[in-house]
Amino acid sequence: MPAAIELRDVHKRFGDLQALAGIDLEIPQGEFFGLLGPNGAGKTTLISVLAGLMRLDRGLARVMGHDVRTGYRAARRSLGVVPQELVFDPFFTVRETLAIQSGYFGLRDNDAWIDEVMHNLDLVSKADVNMRALSGGMKRRVLVAQALVHKPPVIVLDEPTAGVDVELRQALWEFIRRLNRDGHTIVLTTHYLEEAETLCERIAMLKQGRVVALDSTPNLIKRVHHLLLKLRLDGDLPHELLAFEHGSTADARVLRLRSYEDIERALSCVRRAGRRIEDMELVQPDLEDAFVDVMRRS
Amino acid sequence: MSGFPTLLYKEVLRFWKVGTQTIGAPALTAALFLFIFGHVMEGRVRMYDTVPYTAFLVPGLVMMSMLQNAFANTSSSLIQSKITGNIIFVLLSPLAYWEFFAAYVFAAVVRGLVVGAAVLVVTLPFVSAEFRHPLWVAAFAFCGSAVLGALGMVAGIWAEKIDQVASFQNFLIMPLTFLSGVFFSIHSLPGFWQRLSHFNPFFYMIDGFRYGFFGVSDVDPLRSLAVVAGFLVLVSGFTLALLRSGYKLRH
Repeated sequence: MPAAIELRDVHKRFGDLQALAGIDLEIPQGEFFGLLGPNGAGKTTLISVLAGLMRLDRGLARVMGHDVRTGYRAARRSLGVVPQELVFDPFFTVRETLAIQSGYFGLRDNDAWIDEVMHNLDLVSKADVNMRALSGGMKRRVLVAQALVHKPPVIVLDEPTAGVDVELRQALWEFIRRLNRDGHTIVLTTHYLEEAETLCERIAMLKQGRVVALDSTPNLIKRVHHLLLKLRLDGDLPHELLAFEHGSTADARVLRLRSYEDIERALSCVRRAGRRIEDMELVQPDLEDAFVDVMRRS
Repeated sequence: MSGFPTLLYKEVLRFWKVGTQTIGAPALTAALFLFIFGHVMEGRVRMYDTVPYTAFLVPGLVMMSMLQNAFANTSSSLIQSKITGNIIFVLLSPLAYWEFFAAYVFAAVVRGLVVGAAVLVVTLPFVSAEFRHPLWVAAFAFCGSAVLGALGMVAGIWAEKIDQVASFQNFLIMPLTFLSGVFFSIHSLPGFWQRLSHFNPFFYMIDGFRYGFFGVSDVDPLRSLAVVAGFLVLVSGFTLALLRSGYKLRH
């Protein structure tokens, strides 16, 4: 069984900027995969290479075993891309937009599936509305629907929830999760790390065109060797603990500790200083901590 | 199945939905040209000794409208899609570069033919034009629109802003169509300009098209068709090469 996505030594340069500097990545079929990185890390470039919107300078990119250059027809049939920009064709209604997109893939009698996609994305009431008249959130739904009209086995979502309200975000993830359960491979880029943490089985972190971390989501979080302890005391933080101070919230000080043993030491410090603990909370590291750690170290 | 018919349909639907601008406006412009030039010139000149000036003018106006609108169809569609970003939907599809080319150019031909028919409808009541050789009319209408559709693609692919397409249209397409013998027979020009006209491919489109109406022309229609067909092959080859390379479309 070919990998859903296979990238070998992928390079892409724009003038002086090395946008992709040798990416190696394999995403097996059926996986929910996250692609994270700061702005300019190369996420969108990587997606563009896969989609054939950009041509790679060196290396190899395959979708479901089809080379994106020599087997571009099969590769593009296997791939559904939800672009980051909110683009639309102002001449057409929602239904026309979806029928046209479907036709580009050679699918003429696709109404049943188009209706199903519209139903799942709550677009039925807007079917005959011109694209121009839709709100941003609705346009985003149409973009998702357009990526799905040809039932691609691999779906790539480039920051699909940027500027989207909570309700749509939840409905969208519900739908995408179902597609994933049905066997579709999902590749997601997002700046909302909590989304990536709950959804993605495996994550690649990109920085300056390179993969700097690639592991299962729990493993990436396990790599973070610190805990955060939020303390609200009836007085100032004892002097010895200042070195551990990580930050503060409205009413508490946050300490960054290396291990559980450090908690005991911190608490005994507080006791020795005669302070009383009014509130205390132990914060487990999450993907955001892992992300910040990886970006700082690499 | 191929995505070509859908892209063709979409490109036709795009101009059809705004028909007042894309079909009505050029028909009105042509009618005004006929009214004004016909009024001023009628009775003063006879073309090819036998054809009244207004009748002579009609095929020229029809062809000029076809050429300009075929160009406008591809160039405006491409530049708009590029600027708004919705070109991505075509680029993400499995369409081959030559299907992309064929769909845009055929849509331009459809626009050209529809506009040409509209211009004929509004101008014919005022003149008694003949259709001596309808096949020649059809051949030049098709080839002329196709050439301009392909040139419009080149402009649309190359341009990054709408005013660059407008420059292409105003400084190249407009002068070449106006100076191609729409309003006059090149035999009425001084020798130098007459010879220069022979380097203008648009001249052969209009001259050959007019032959289909009156059975007379400045140049042998077979030679005109050869020039126009040759030009079509040249422009198409260039456009296809641009598309194949991904120039300004696939970076």
